[in-house]
Amino acid sequence: MQIIFLLFKKINLPLHSRFTRVIYYSSFNNRKMLRQYETVFIMTPVLSEEQMRETVEKYQNFLRSKNAEIIFEDNWGLRKLAYPIQKKSSGFYHLIEFKADPILIGEWETAFKRDERILRFLTVALDKHSLAYNEKKRNKAKQEKKIEE
Amino acid sequence: MMEPNTQGNQSEIRYLTPIAVDTKRKKYCRFKKSGIKFIDYKDPDFLLKFINEQGKILPRRITGTSTKYQRKVAQAVKRARHLALLPFVGDLLK
Repeated sequence: MQIIFLLFKKINLPLHSRFTRVIYYSSFNNRKMLRQYETVFIMTPVLSEEQMRETVEKYQNFLRSKNAEIIFEDNWGLRKLAYPIQKKSSGFYHLIEFKADPILIGEWETAFKRDERILRFLTVALDKHSLAYNEKKRNKAKQEKKIEE
Repeated sequence: MMEPNTQGNQSEIRYLTPIAVDTKRKKYCRFKKSGIKFIDYKDPDFLLKFINEQGKILPRRITGTSTKYQRKVAQAVKRARHLALLPFVGDLLK
């Protein structure tokens, strides 16, 4: 017990010096940082049901192959757009919430940019408030489902 | 001869609702009041409260939103516009 305490003290004390601060930050950088993101994308309405599912699967597989964790998914289905995009007035909306390394996001977005089946996409990094909001929303949806059952 | 006539005219002026005399209600920030911390850009029906018929974002002086949340409202509206949930320009939105 005492040894542990001493160790603690030893680590704690030099934190004020500049030298250890550098060590502290470098260890912070080496740790694998994960952030939670949310992507909504719109697919062209020209796709058949199966093609749409294929497209969604493609992005799911992308995340899986990069060891990102998919937390939540929601298919909003065919929705009318507020204004035409690429001369289309409707589109399939799909939402994916996932946890990933920030380095991944560049690659993730270029995949969307290159895909001609995607009309629009938006990736948002979630902060603590949006995380709490999403969690609450999901719980509510779950409860409603239970009541229905 | 003229007197009864003018009196009759005066009594004809009636208001359907009592005239508002100094009934200034204080504006408040609805987010602060109800404790909303995050404004969802995926909910266009809610964001409709913060834009006018043309789709422009309403100023703080009208909605009473605090600076902090006005920034978040603006952010959310702009995100919703990007995802075609709200129009950039509209007519008769409401």
